[in-house]
Formats: sequence, C-alpha cells, structure tokens
Amino acid sequence: MIEWFTWVQVVVACVAGLVCVVAGFARKLPNDVTVGATALVLVLLLVQLVVAIVAPFVGNPPTGNVVEFYIYLVSAILLPPLAVVWALVDRTRWSNLVLAASVFAVAVMVYRMLQIWTVQVA
Amino acid sequence: MMVTQKSTRAVGLGRVLVAVYALLALAATGRSVFQIAEQFSEAPLAYTLSALSAVVYIVATVALVKRGTTSYAVAWATISFELAGVLIVGLVTALDPALFPDDTVWSFFGRGYGFVPLLLPVLGMIWLARTRPTAAERAHDGEPESVTGLPE
Repeated sequence: MIEWFTWVQVVVACVAGLVCVVAGFARKLPNDVTVGATALVLVLLLVQLVVAIVAPFVGNPPTGNVVEFYIYLVSAILLPPLAVVWALVDRTRWSNLVLAASVFAVAVMVYRMLQIWTVQVA
Repeated sequence: MMVTQKSTRAVGLGRVLVAVYALLALAATGRSVFQIAEQFSEAPLAYTLSALSAVVYIVATVALVKRGTTSYAVAWATISFELAGVLIVGLVTALDPALFPDDTVWSFFGRGYGFVPLLLPVLGMIWLARTRPTAAERAHDGEPESVTGLPE
C-alpha cells in the first residue's frame, strides 16, 4: 500500500459521501455528480487493487493478514457498483443517501486496510 | 411505479435503513468468514457469535424489504435479537473483556463499527412501528401478488 495514495482515497471517499448527503437532503435525484463521485471512489479502489498486487514485489509487503486485507478490498470494490445499481433502479432522492452510505463505508474500510497493511494493533 | 412501491415496505427513508442494514450484514459476514477461515480455534465462542450475528443481519435485511405479516414478524424478531445481542455482548465485554478475546460486531456496544450496531436496531424498531401491515395486507397475506396484480 502507498500511504499517501491511501489517504487521498479516504479523503476523496469522504468528500464524495458529503456531496451525496447534501444532494440527498437537497431533494435532488441521483445525478451525474453523485453517481460520478461514487464511480470515482470505485476507480481509486481499482487502482488500490493494482497497488496491493504489485507492492509486495517491490519491497512493500503487508505486515498484517493478507486474507483479511483482501476480504476488505474485494468487499469495498463491490459496494460502489451495488449502490449505483440501487440508484439507477430507485430514482428517488433517498438513493443519494444510499450512495453516501456506500462511499463512507469504503472510506472506513480503506482506513482499516491501511491498518492491516502497516500497523498491527491486535 | 405504484406497483413496485406496494411490493415492499422499504419506501422513503426506509430504503436508506435497508441499505445500511445490508452494509452491516456485509461487514458482519466479511469479518465472520475471515475469523472462521483463519483463526477459529482462538476464540470459538466469539467467532460463532460473529457468524450468528451475520446471518441475523442478512435475515433482518431481507425481512425489512419484504412486505406482509410474516416478514414483518421476522423483522421484529431479528431486530429484537440484534438489540439484545448488542446490549448483552456490549455489557459483557465492558465488564469482563477476557470473555471475548477478539472483537465481534457487538463488542463494546459495536464500538468497532461506530456504534451503528447499537443504533440500527432502535431505528429499525421505530421504522417497523410506523409501517405496520395494513388490514388489506393482512387479508391478502400469503398471496401478495393479488394485491399488486403482478405475478412473479
């Protein structure tokens, strides 16, 4: 894992979540901005997947459990597409909050992934 | 649109509730799969509980989505179970952490999950109380297709 990139990812996911929350409470339907922000979170996750596969070969192995790391990463990658499908099926403002919930969850999971990779608390 | 709304209890804010339930179901399942696959012998009780809570969250999510008196009752049962679980396990872990050597979703009242496991059953119960099945639904229970006019 590249630490600065991971933090960028966490910040982007949080900002995307806030954008979706604001859109939801502003009674906006899911639109290019909220779905696009969620898609951006997904793109960064896919970059993270490539980084995670390559990093051990260039002297950056995880300190924690690799299986746990990938359970988090694969689950996180599934969330944005599922939320976007939800938003496409359910064209109401509530779907923006569903998008927000998915990207906030991604932010937490990415932070947890960083912990597994770098520091072992448990 | 009217038809799809009638086939589910999850309308409006309830949809967000269902989405968060699905997230928690995913979180509990992911953790439980990892714990059982990698380190089951370390803490069988905690990990069995993790798996049980994962299943209950999945059932609760489905029951919240489906309409009808049966799923309404199932939703109440599973959500009550979750509230009891988070309160009991939360209390036990707070009093004697040694009993649960590793975390479950309910440890310390769901602290590892931003206390969402403590908050969610309460919100779920409020939601269920506000969306009781109507008399028409009760009359047609068992064959909801006749209400929506859309056989599956």
